[in-house]
Amino acid sequence: MLETESRERLQEELAGIDALELGDRTRASFGRRAWSATWPKLAAIALAIGAWQLLYWSSWRPHYTFPSPGTVFSELRDELGNGVLLPAIGRTILRAAKGYAIALVLGVIAGSVVARSKILRSAFGSFITGLQTMPSVAWFPLALLLFKRSEAAILFVVILGAAPSIANGVINGIDNIPPLYLRAGRVLGARRMSMYRYVILPAALPQFVGGLKQGWAFAWRSLMAGELLVIIPGQFTIGALMQNARDVNDAPSLMASMVVILIIGIIVDAVFFAGIERTIRRRRGLLVAS
Amino acid sequence: MTTHDTIVAAGATTPNTVAPAAPPEPLAAISVNGLSKAFGQGAATVHALDRLGLEVRAGEFVCLVGASGCGKSTLLNLVAGLDQPSSGTVNVDGRTGLMFQESALFPWLTVAGNVELALRLRPDNTLRKRARRQRADALLKSVHLDGFADRRPHELSGGMRQRVALARAFAQDADVLLMDEPFGALDAMTRDLLHDELERLWTDRSFTVLFVTHNVREAARLADRIVLLSSRPGRVVAEFPVDIERPRRIDSPEVSSLARTITDRLREEVRRHA
Repeated sequence: MLETESRERLQEELAGIDALELGDRTRASFGRRAWSATWPKLAAIALAIGAWQLLYWSSWRPHYTFPSPGTVFSELRDELGNGVLLPAIGRTILRAAKGYAIALVLGVIAGSVVARSKILRSAFGSFITGLQTMPSVAWFPLALLLFKRSEAAILFVVILGAAPSIANGVINGIDNIPPLYLRAGRVLGARRMSMYRYVILPAALPQFVGGLKQGWAFAWRSLMAGELLVIIPGQFTIGALMQNARDVNDAPSLMASMVVILIIGIIVDAVFFAGIERTIRRRRGLLVAS
Repeated sequence: MTTHDTIVAAGATTPNTVAPAAPPEPLAAISVNGLSKAFGQGAATVHALDRLGLEVRAGEFVCLVGASGCGKSTLLNLVAGLDQPSSGTVNVDGRTGLMFQESALFPWLTVAGNVELALRLRPDNTLRKRARRQRADALLKSVHLDGFADRRPHELSGGMRQRVALARAFAQDADVLLMDEPFGALDAMTRDLLHDELERLWTDRSFTVLFVTHNVREAARLADRIVLLSSRPGRVVAEFPVDIERPRRIDSPEVSSLARTITDRLREEVRRHA
C-alpha cells in the first residue's frame, strides 16, 4: 500500500511534469487572425491589378479590346445596378448549387459503396479516377445530343465533373485511416455501424473535405464551360452575358463578368472550404504553428 | 515435444514454493492453452506463437518479456480478440482493455470526448450525455488530468496521452488490462512517474494486467510474475515470481538483481538464434 504522503508527492510530480511539457495555448484574437490571413491576399490582388494597369499603359493591345482596370470596375459597378447582372449571377449560382448538391449525394454514395468492398474497389477505383481526369468539356457534345440545349445538359456535365472527385475523396479518406484507430475502435467495442459513425467517418473527414473542395473546382469550371456552350434563349447567366459581350465586342463588360467568376471562385474556395479545412487540421494538430 | 518446459527460477525472490493455505483458488482471469498462430503460407510461413500456455490469476500483474519476434504483440491481439488463433484456446474472464505504445486516442475528439466515447460504446451503456461527461471527468481526475478535459490529444505530452488512454480503459470498466509496451516511447523521467501511477491505480482498482515490454527492469519494477518468451516461435521458456515489496523503485538493488538474472536468461535465449 502506498501511504498518503507518497501519493501526494506523486500527484505533485505529475502536475509538475505536465506543466513543464505543455506549451503555450494562447491564440491570437479573431481580428488579428483575420487580418494576418487577409492582408497577403489583398496585396496579391493589388499587385495583379497594378500589372494589368501597366500592361494597359503599354498599349500592348488597342484600348477598346484591352480596357484598363478602372474602366472594367466602373463597368462592373454600373452592371450591378442595371438589374441584369445580379439575376444572372443568381441563376448561375443556383445552377452550381443544384449540380453540386446532386454530385455530392451521388459521390458520397458511390464512394462509400466502393470503399467498402475490395472487389468493387479494384473494379471501379481506377475507373472513377479516369472519369476525374476527363475534361468536362468533352462531355458536352454527348450532353447536347441527350438533353438538347437545356438546363439538364448543363447539370449533367456539372455532376459528371464533380462527382468523381467527391467519390475519390471518400475512398481515399477511408483507405488512409491509420489501422491503429480501427484496432482502438474495436477494442472499445465499436461494431459495424458504430465503427462507421464514431471511427471511420470522422477519421476520413480531412480527405473527404479535400475531395469536396476539388469537386467544387471541377463543378465550377464545368458550369462555366457549359454556360458558354449551351445558351438557352431568354435566360441570362454569367456565361450568356460573356458570350453576348464577346459578340458585340464589349471588352469591359466581358472582363467585368470574368472578375465576377473569379471573385465567386475565390470566396467559395478561400472562405468556405479553406476555412473548414483549417479548422479540422488545427483541431487534429496537423497545422504547423507559424 | 509436447509441453513447454516451465522453469521457475528461484533467484533472490522465492523463499518457498509451497503455497499458503488459501482454500478457494482465485479464478484465472486469462487462460491460454496450446495457442499457436502462424502467418503466411507454405515455405513463407512464420510461426509467431507455438503451443503457448499461460494462466493469469484475477488481480495479478504479469509482465511478458522476450526478444524481438517472440510474438508478444500477437499474443495480446489474440487475448484481446482482435485476431483468431491458428489453433488453441484463449479464455478471458471479463472485459478486456488494450493499450498501445501510441495512445491511439482519436484526434478529432477532445480528451473528455475520447473517454466519453469509450463509455458510449460499452454494450451495457445506459448513461446519458450529461452523466457520461460527469463520469469522464471523474475518470480523468483519477489519472490526475482534471483540467485537461477540453484539450485535444495533440496538445498533450506523450505521458499525459497514455494517462488518458488509461482513463479510457477504465471507462470500459476493463477487468483485464492488456498493455503493449505502453511506456516504450516515453522519456525515463515520465516513465518512472507513470510506473508509480500505474501501480497506484492497480492497487486501488484491483484489475488484472498483462503487460508486454522488452525492458526487463520495467518488468521487475511492476510485475507480480515475469514470463519469459522465446523467439520464433514464441513459447514460454521461464517464469520468475517477483516477491519484492511494493512500492518499489526501479533503481532498488532487488529490482536490479532480478533484472540481471532475467537479462542473462534472455541473452542465453538470443544466443540460440546466432
